[in-house]
Amino acid sequence: MFDSLYIAWKYVRFNKFKSVILVTCITLIALLPLSLELLLNESEKQLMARAKSTPLLVGAKGSALDLAMNSLYFDDEIPELVAMDEVNYVNETQLAMPIPLYVRFKARGYPVVGTTLDYFDYRNLELASGNSLAILGECVLGATVADQLGLKPGDSLISSPENLFDLAGVYPLKMKVAGILQKSNTADDRAVFVDLKTAWIIQGLGHGHKDLKKNKDPTVILKRTDTNVAANAKLDHYNEITRNNLDSFHFHGNLGTYPITGLIAVPLDTKSGTLLRGRYLTRKTSNQILKPTEVIEGLLENIFKIKNLIDSVILFVGSATVLAIILVFALSLRIRQNEILTIFKLGCRRMTIARLMAAEICIIVLTSGFFCGGLVALIDYFADDLVRTLVIR
Amino acid sequence: MIRIRSLEFQYPSGDFRLEVPEFSIEQSEKVAVIGPSGSGKTTLLNLLAGIFTPEKGTIEVGNIGVNRLTEDERRDFRIVNIGFVFQNFELLDYLSVMDNILHPYRITGALRLNKEVCARAAELAQDMGISDKLKQPVNNLSQGEKQRAVICRALLARPKLILADEATGNLDPKNKFRILDLLFRSVEDHNSTLLAVTHDHELLEKFDRIIDFKNFQKDFPRV
Repeated sequence: MFDSLYIAWKYVRFNKFKSVILVTCITLIALLPLSLELLLNESEKQLMARAKSTPLLVGAKGSALDLAMNSLYFDDEIPELVAMDEVNYVNETQLAMPIPLYVRFKARGYPVVGTTLDYFDYRNLELASGNSLAILGECVLGATVADQLGLKPGDSLISSPENLFDLAGVYPLKMKVAGILQKSNTADDRAVFVDLKTAWIIQGLGHGHKDLKKNKDPTVILKRTDTNVAANAKLDHYNEITRNNLDSFHFHGNLGTYPITGLIAVPLDTKSGTLLRGRYLTRKTSNQILKPTEVIEGLLENIFKIKNLIDSVILFVGSATVLAIILVFALSLRIRQNEILTIFKLGCRRMTIARLMAAEICIIVLTSGFFCGGLVALIDYFADDLVRTLVIR
Repeated sequence: MIRIRSLEFQYPSGDFRLEVPEFSIEQSEKVAVIGPSGSGKTTLLNLLAGIFTPEKGTIEVGNIGVNRLTEDERRDFRIVNIGFVFQNFELLDYLSVMDNILHPYRITGALRLNKEVCARAAELAQDMGISDKLKQPVNNLSQGEKQRAVICRALLARPKLILADEATGNLDPKNKFRILDLLFRSVEDHNSTLLAVTHDHELLEKFDRIIDFKNFQKDFPRV
């Protein structure tokens, strides 16, 4: 068998182009279903793990999937917004602890998550360096964000405008990096956490500027009364919150009407959770409460339906490829008639010819298997990141 | 060594028929076969090697009835006992010169490849003047060099019978005598028999016997 393998290896090496094409075809056909299976299993694991660790979500009625994906994985799809009063409502029920989330803005491509300190406790997020959020305008970075952007505590990070061409839109806010979180291998690694109020400042709902009472510029002041001073757009707003200008930042109107994208409701116990869900069923409200596991199970069901479809396509494409490979070998036999005749003339048995062909197929298949195995191992190694990049976000 | 009786062979296409009533060659004899193209010289060599099977008659090589063996037995017999120098080389382009010379050892269980065989192959290549080409692909060789590689392959197993079909056809005058001497030396060293088809009349006087195929259908040489 060694001699057959040796001769077959020489043939395969001599016909490099043909061999590379065959190996590539077989590798890809084997790799597709394997990597798909691997990534879907990893997706299921990651999606369910996050969903299981989040008992209940409250948000505006609409797409449950958008709400779940935005609240759990800080997905780009922004659900309908709900008012901050919803947090107060859940709090007042005394059935669950509400953790508000406002996931709408971005900073250098990473989602800015406006929340409270309860979120860090609930998710068991520990600081790797620096401090937690203390004052307005500070941010805490997930491990991947810090690593990718090369930021450390004390550095600055500027939020991205929602739309470059919207002059009246959200202005960038220069945030100070207060701390870096330890790696958690969850979506939290890829998020920029800010206090809820900082997120509202990014949106422009809160702002800071020089004291208008002291401003005498008639081109800025529109109207002045004993209790109120109105200014026009010429008034300079601070785009960075510092200890010097912190006091000038303020919010207009009722904070209860301020927007959030959703809230995590952490029930005191199972019974409280059921009761809270019941309240939402009976209450006349434009908001909904949902169990993330149910939403993610629905999503996975759809993903696996698509996977079954892809499997069928792969089966057809795979069968066609196998037939094409058989055709290549059959045609190759025809082309190699003279060579086969030569080794017959030398005194080679038919069985040896078959063994030579089998050795050649073995080399091609084993090489493909080697590459396929290597690529599967590589995909397995990066499955965590791939799933977050390709499936979750 | 070789005995043929009442041999009849026809190609499946039916365009050529060879009939040999009786014919023999003794051991250690060096016989030249001459004749015009298409007269059946190569066909006779193929029949003796067991590559073709006759319709009628018997072919004995070293007391073994070649045409009575099964196909697999004929192949084993050929690879061990017959060194065939093919007219059109029959070298494999994906193997190096050395691998081509050793090829018979790699495609049969009847011969065993070992260090001694490899050393012998290198020695033969040295004698043939192609020792510097052993690692090269055969496509890099000239026609004459290919011819010498084929002769190396044929002589490596020290066969009892050497069948050479235009073995010196692609060689220059200096080399053809040298190669013929090497073939003769192999015959003498290993007590082999040589049957060589040639068109080169300069070489004929070196052979023990000459068989002329010119009029063989009417008057095949009888011993």
